[in-house]
Amino acid sequence: MKFADFIQTGAIQASLQATTKEGVIEELVQSLLDAGQIDAEQREDIVAAIMKREELGSTGIGRGVAVPHTKHPSVQKLVGTVGVSESGVDFDSLDGERVQLFFLLISPPERPGDHLRALENISRQLRDETFCRFLKQSKSADDVQQLLQEADDNQFVSG
Amino acid sequence: MSNAPSNRMVTVRNPQGLHLRPADMLVRLATQFESTLRISKDGQWVDCNSILSLLTLGATQGTQLEVSAEGSDAESALAAIYALFEAGFHEMNEIEDTANPIVDR
Repeated sequence: MKFADFIQTGAIQASLQATTKEGVIEELVQSLLDAGQIDAEQREDIVAAIMKREELGSTGIGRGVAVPHTKHPSVQKLVGTVGVSESGVDFDSLDGERVQLFFLLISPPERPGDHLRALENISRQLRDETFCRFLKQSKSADDVQQLLQEADDNQFVSG
Repeated sequence: MSNAPSNRMVTVRNPQGLHLRPADMLVRLATQFESTLRISKDGQWVDCNSILSLLTLGATQGTQLEVSAEGSDAESALAAIYALFEAGFHEMNEIEDTANPIVDR
């Protein structure tokens, strides 16, 4: 699976304003709503579901990266977006570091394989430190989009 | 004290596969042992102490993985990891898991 398969280009947020975990999640879910990827009446429920998942254990997986996510019956396919916070946000990460890079994922309940493949792609690409650093330094959604495209084209890692 | 590495096959039992929470559990378990623990899928070996690395395996339900342990407590580490996989990372009874087939493409 490639970024282009699940990242909604129109929902990328290169300069997140929020300074809290819940704020970041709300901002990213709102951007998916603004991009027409989720239903307006589902917004609150999706935010609550993602926060509930965070209570089970932070999705801040280290290296300044978090993958807040949930399953939700209102989506027909895996939808995701990317957010970048210049100053970083306290996300209760496993390594204690602030999070600058967010991949928010919403998947249909019956598609665990797709969710796994998105995680596989994200983790594989982020193991490349250059890609990770460039993403954090992105100043615009176009920058992010271009980096994701280059990653999809295997410009950062082979295979 | 160090011994030659021991290996053991494990199988992903839970329908959701080796996603973030199981990866987190595996890292927490692995760090309880002195032994160096690695895990592989189709010959791709990664460290058991990195969530990011574990997620790169993309191991879905039914996937067979090989665990390698090297160190004084290798055997007990392998037994504990095997048990965690067999327990389906304690999410076998989640209601949403049981009714849904794995869509693999």
